[in-house]
Amino acid sequence: MEKKIYLDNAATTKTRPAVVEAMLPYFTEYFGNPSSVYELATQNKKAVDEARNTIAKALNAESSDVYFTAGGTESDNWALKATAESYSDKGNHIITSKIEHHAVLHTCEYLEKKGFEVTYLDVDENGVVKLEELKKAIRPTTILISIMAANNEIGTIQPIKEIGEIAKANNILFHTDAVQAFGQVNIDVKDMNIDMLSASGHKLNGPKGIGFLYIRKGLKLRSFVHGGAQERQRRAGTENVPGIVGFGKAVEIAMSTLEERQKKEIELRDYLIERVLKEVPYVRLNGHRTKRLPNNANFAFQFIEGESLLIMLDMQNICASSGSACTSGSLDPSHVLLAIGLPHEIAHGSLRLTLCEDNTKEEMDYVVDTTKEIVAKLRSMSPLYEDFVKGMSRQ
Amino acid sequence: MYSEKVMDHFTNPRNVGEIEDASGVGTVGNAKCGDIMRIYLDIDEEGIIKDVKFKTFGCGAAVATSSMATELVKGKNINEALKITNKAVMDALDGLPPVKVHCSLLAEEAIHAALWDYAEKNSIVIEGLEKPKSDISEEEPREEY
Repeated sequence: MEKKIYLDNAATTKTRPAVVEAMLPYFTEYFGNPSSVYELATQNKKAVDEARNTIAKALNAESSDVYFTAGGTESDNWALKATAESYSDKGNHIITSKIEHHAVLHTCEYLEKKGFEVTYLDVDENGVVKLEELKKAIRPTTILISIMAANNEIGTIQPIKEIGEIAKANNILFHTDAVQAFGQVNIDVKDMNIDMLSASGHKLNGPKGIGFLYIRKGLKLRSFVHGGAQERQRRAGTENVPGIVGFGKAVEIAMSTLEERQKKEIELRDYLIERVLKEVPYVRLNGHRTKRLPNNANFAFQFIEGESLLIMLDMQNICASSGSACTSGSLDPSHVLLAIGLPHEIAHGSLRLTLCEDNTKEEMDYVVDTTKEIVAKLRSMSPLYEDFVKGMSRQ
Repeated sequence: MYSEKVMDHFTNPRNVGEIEDASGVGTVGNAKCGDIMRIYLDIDEEGIIKDVKFKTFGCGAAVATSSMATELVKGKNINEALKITNKAVMDALDGLPPVKVHCSLLAEEAIHAALWDYAEKNSIVIEGLEKPKSDISEEEPREEY
């Protein structure tokens, strides 16, 4: 295929043309600072409010509880560090899971150095947090539970409503990193008892450099970025007006097309998964078979290494990603794949394909056919495969 | 990310395969770090490496360094092969990204391991050849944040 097939929508998405169009006037025409008093700034303020309303509606939240940030990572940092600091008189214990994004995990490690205690919950073989273990981990000093809504690598959707109930029953705050889930699956912060939620613009066809943290009213969360009085004095800095407008537009489209997209992506995803599992030997699907993001497929191919696979796919115009160590510059494979119990050598051979609504069945066919050939080629070069075959023939 | 030569040796690796009843076989690396290299040598009575094959589980750089290492030892005598360093492999590939330097060390070690196996099988001592490490892993300092 001549055309690039982009299957890395969990890394980032293409900004929708309608989003870019909505943003453009806020670079040139309505460039004013929303904090200014003159008329030129009025439209900016209005546009920021509108975007906030759209996002709040998508979560069944109050507009005044949505705080814009520079992205998901900042939102996670803010939620965790500010909760730790603001509630340290109540306790010093935080519960999270082993499969969180590094924005949460590394923030937790930082907080441990500052004297906080963190429990990293195990997950089951599908990557689902075990609710009984969560309940057991709760201490009188627990101030926060932070569990992602859906995993970025294996796509597993967590039982966040049940986690929210457990948190509420124990009077503990609940934060969820919904960077992958927001705009892909329904989230209702009231129904799910979510106290804080992180999301990002560029994962749902919005622009990069913009995100938000939802903070339920009544939480005494300190400001994280100090300066001016923007965002109700909780997040200083001149608003990224074009980013906010684009984010709002992207959420508006994402929510109005949610069901239709889910249906289409699930159909394509399941077609892809079924063909791979049926036609490629020694492969497994990582993550839950059904409780997974509509656009996520993640495979582990035995006896081969992920980076080799990615480079060869790229040469055939397929953009994909892997939990392989070599792609991240460290020697350890994905912490998520290790947490669901994969041995190192299998975790090294993972492939993540994350679709979008524009993908077609023909593209999935091309991807499966190409992947099959590459996997066979890499296996023919693999000493692990050689040993495996010789071991088989000796039996 | 990779030089043209690395890409060439990754996509069209030279000397992939096995040698039956090889004079020496060396396997180094471990699956935990994501790299395993196996080199087969066919050495004649004069100590000349007549043929060489490899199999590698690993990233693009691991495959390319194995391929280049086999090219560099082919036709050489044992002492010449022993002198091929990881730097020579890297230079022949027009360099490697810093995080992939360990792949070239692994390739050097794989040759040494195959030579060691040859020496053991023939009960000879190859001067300058030390018992190879089964693994090359560089401890990366953990960053503070």
